[in-house]
Amino acid sequence: MVSFKSLALASVFAISTFGVAKAADDTVIIPCVCEASGAGAVAGTNFHDGAHLAVDEINAAGGIMGKKIVMDDMDTATDPQTSKGLVQKAIDGGAYAIMGTVFSGSTMVNMLVAQQAGVPQFTGGEAPALTAKGNGFIFRTAMGSQKGVPALTPYFKDTLKAKKVAVEWVNNDFGKGGHTVFLDEMKKAGIEVAVDVSSEQGQADFAADVAKIKDAKADAIFVYINEEESARFMKEAKKQGVTQPLVGEVILTSDKVIELAGEAAEGVFAHVGLTANADVSGIKTYAEKFKAKYGHTSDHNGIKGYTGVYAIKYVTEMNGKFDKKMLADKMHGLTLDVAKYPNMLMTVSWDKDGEMSRDSFMTTVKGGKQVVISTVPAN
Amino acid sequence: MSQFIQVILSGLATGSIYALAAVGFTLVWQAARTVNFAQGEFVMLPAFFVLAAMKFLHVPFSLALVLGLAFSIIALGYLFKQLIVQPLLYQQQSLNLIIATMALSLLLKESVKTFYSGQAEPFPSLFPDTSSNFFGAAVSLQDILIVISALAVVYLLTLFLDKTRTGRAMQAAAQNPNVAEILGVDVKRMTLYTFLINAALAAFASFLITPIYLAKFSSGEALGLAAFIAAIIGGFNSIRGAVAGGILLGLLDNITATYITASYRTALPLVLLIAVILLRPEGLFGKAEGRKV
Repeated sequence: MVSFKSLALASVFAISTFGVAKAADDTVIIPCVCEASGAGAVAGTNFHDGAHLAVDEINAAGGIMGKKIVMDDMDTATDPQTSKGLVQKAIDGGAYAIMGTVFSGSTMVNMLVAQQAGVPQFTGGEAPALTAKGNGFIFRTAMGSQKGVPALTPYFKDTLKAKKVAVEWVNNDFGKGGHTVFLDEMKKAGIEVAVDVSSEQGQADFAADVAKIKDAKADAIFVYINEEESARFMKEAKKQGVTQPLVGEVILTSDKVIELAGEAAEGVFAHVGLTANADVSGIKTYAEKFKAKYGHTSDHNGIKGYTGVYAIKYVTEMNGKFDKKMLADKMHGLTLDVAKYPNMLMTVSWDKDGEMSRDSFMTTVKGGKQVVISTVPAN
Repeated sequence: MSQFIQVILSGLATGSIYALAAVGFTLVWQAARTVNFAQGEFVMLPAFFVLAAMKFLHVPFSLALVLGLAFSIIALGYLFKQLIVQPLLYQQQSLNLIIATMALSLLLKESVKTFYSGQAEPFPSLFPDTSSNFFGAAVSLQDILIVISALAVVYLLTLFLDKTRTGRAMQAAAQNPNVAEILGVDVKRMTLYTFLINAALAAFASFLITPIYLAKFSSGEALGLAAFIAAIIGGFNSIRGAVAGGILLGLLDNITATYITASYRTALPLVLLIAVILLRPEGLFGKAEGRKV
């Protein structure tokens, strides 16, 4: 005979299981595997904030096809091996898609895990290699440096009329990729690379780097290092009286770098794929919402996180069901027109490798703020 | 020539900050016969005290510096000594004390990351960042003042230890606490003074280096390692040795990165460390210590 105690326990178990199953039916899991600490904290935090802004908006409007997004946060500490473990954890937790990581070095390691599990991954990384590995489940949220860096060539050649350039780059996957592309571009343009200085991720002291670059007497300096290091480099360059223009790709004119570098950032130039300061109505609206929610200005990584989540929403709705393979397949060769999909902020396309194309911008720093000086068509 | 001047000046500036932190290592070693593996975090933290004072108390930078210094002396000097060092010293467990400082290092780092920020923050400079031309090199006023102020502080410390009654009592307590006590020296008080001075030195180093390195929870790791290496190279039981070790390390790092290789700049100090340990374990300026049997 079944005791009352056993019956009661079974009932509680059944009710709780039903409750859990009901909760799972109502939600879709899209974790944010991002850098909240370590060298990538600036990029990862902005990416995370942008993604959560999108999640809050989508959930407030009813979710994706009636399912609310559950976005768990996982801090990789900018460590590739940690990020690999967290992506596996996200997959084990039932992730439909993964947002992150931002740092290319981490993404290079963890994307293999997502690929094996067949989970689409939306990365903020810009190293060329990310979309050159035949991974059908990786998608960029900003163009790779092999598309972005060439946009600088006309600036060096025609605007600055540089005959010799100096290069400062970071020795990680992000830096190596952009460095290789830049050297190729300079060779094609007939511009001599006077000195080529590599630095390490997290490097604090740039005195020697700047001394070497200054001694090379180049016409301009290409700076391709991460956020905090960019600020330290610019402060050291100012201290040592470097007068040549500093030109970067993506990072040099971002708001956080300007905040960290202070007056040392004045007058630097950068090509950026995305900027919250662009004269684009969708981006302006996004920037206001971001500032209202978080109290600080979004950098380009915030836009990556925001548009990445919306890409997942729009494509899932196009498919009409939550199918990871269908999501990935649909993304390849897709163009999301901003007129029809306004929360993408700008019209964006992906190719068969997950590489992104979108209009971009040339920017400078004036009066302590990033200013857009021209738009560069998508390539 | 201008590049060489630039490299030497930058190396001296960085080296003098390493020297301040390295002197802290030697002071704690002399007072408690232990290595403080949280010394790097002791240099990281005072900057956050200042930033917190400016952000939450809305005080101007100058007042925030005073508050930051005071809080550093209390927290990293008095409380560190009373709550961590004293109980473990009393138990005569020097290994436990070393492990405790390692745990403290992690605690301080993670606390800043969790309760303040995981991102880097700008920190105002104590000195103007103007430059002037000297044989083609841009000589930074900031670098010069960093070198002068760091060396001045160490000089004043040396004067205090050598020429004042309290300073000599501190030295006596460090060299032989039992005999010093018999002679009427308040050993506990002298040991406390040592920790307070270490905290003040760490705070001063923090105020000098953070404008350049930025305020970040993880910045103590590299600084602590550099200061530790500098203290060993110079001599762990010699303040002058620690200063020399710090300056030497700063110069070598910059010269290596500029003229030899940037990729292996962090390897050279470690190679030098191994060479010193093998050939002259007491350090370049330290005194060999015998072991009582």
